[in-house]
Amino acid sequence: MVEAAIELDNLQRRYGERVALAGVSVRVEEGQTLAVLGGNGAGKTTLLRVLAGLLRPHGGTVRVLGAELPAERWRLPAQVGYVGHEPLLYRELSGRENLRYHARLHGVGDARVEEMLGGVGMAGRADDPVRELSKGLIQRLAAARAVLHDPALLLLDEPRANLDPAAAELLEPLIGRGSGRTRVLVSHDVEGALAEADLSIGLKGGRTAAVGRELYR
Amino acid sequence: MMGGARAILRKDLLIELRTKESVPAMVLFSVTVYVLFHFGLDRDSLDGELASGVLWVTLLLAAVIGVSRLFAAEREQGGIDGLLLAPVDRTSLFVAKAAALFLFLTAVELVAVPAFAVLLLGPGLGGALPELLVILALANLGVAAVGALVAALAAETRARELIVPLLLLPLLVPLLIACAQATEPLMRQDAGPEELGRWLGLLSLYDVVFVLLSVAVFDFLLED
Repeated sequence: MVEAAIELDNLQRRYGERVALAGVSVRVEEGQTLAVLGGNGAGKTTLLRVLAGLLRPHGGTVRVLGAELPAERWRLPAQVGYVGHEPLLYRELSGRENLRYHARLHGVGDARVEEMLGGVGMAGRADDPVRELSKGLIQRLAAARAVLHDPALLLLDEPRANLDPAAAELLEPLIGRGSGRTRVLVSHDVEGALAEADLSIGLKGGRTAAVGRELYR
Repeated sequence: MMGGARAILRKDLLIELRTKESVPAMVLFSVTVYVLFHFGLDRDSLDGELASGVLWVTLLLAAVIGVSRLFAAEREQGGIDGLLLAPVDRTSLFVAKAAALFLFLTAVELVAVPAFAVLLLGPGLGGALPELLVILALANLGVAAVGALVAALAAETRARELIVPLLLLPLLVPLLIACAQATEPLMRQDAGPEELGRWLGLLSLYDVVFVLLSVAVFDFLLED
């Protein structure tokens, strides 16, 4: 049997006494897109952070790209790209400086940085400090940062937030379905997410629920 | 390993150069305290153990500011996640943060020590400067190692402004004793260095112990 890119079995995660994820199970094959849907506080971001190795699971089995979490967390960073609520960019540094910093952490050369800046349409603003950029431009840089090291798995939390339609189209080859990567996509745009997903799960109160209007009530 | 450490250190220095949030505050604090001692003690000049104590207590309290700010950019701009999402081991992070703090402390002392000499010191440093530089370098290494450890411990806690001084200052007591004792003979009117080797040995031992301890413990910090 071919190993899945992501395999969750009865995943549980708490914050103190509060249960954030209660028995989530899903299997995502290589190259597939999983849409994670649900209302505010349903556990979507927690799920992404567990998959990224940023949060420890408190129960169940979590296997990502062959690495069993949390024991083999060290295997993940080179293979995972993450676009979260925070762009993970330093405001005082320019876009180019930020990408070069992340490139050096990942052992990637400066040529890739220039390629990514061009890819997200930021070549002309690459030397502006991030604090002077609009949210949309920062989101483009965050996407460039996430794919700088050519990860096999993309974890995307509202990746098109603040993007205009042209920018969303520009990023398609990098973080969209056209990237050919395995993706986990969290979005409040239910129809858009379902249209580009191979499979979907709904979350409500940390539990798996049927995708539909009930998720948001 | 060193590639990651160099990248983090370069980023920290660049951010400090642009924001000027840590070093100028530490310098201002040190000089202000020396001015306060100048007027508070109502003496034009100090020497011996009083001079040594004033110098070192002020420098170590200034270091608290630098330690509190050491992970500020990571904390405020999501950089801790950025580091955890990169294939960089924690030892690289420790080396980079300790090196940044070492350089910040050195920059502060370039201004604060001459200010101390002008405002408070009776005998003048003169021939004792080489010995003082060695003591300062060993002290900075120890503060940098302990400071990076404490800063990482406090990085994701809510009460970090309280935790940093409460953890850091007790850990720095042996270093303070060694620095003050090593410096005291250099600041006497009548005597040259005495027992300097013994105190430098203690300082070196402190540095070795805390560098090794910090490297060993750092792997378990910043975890969820």
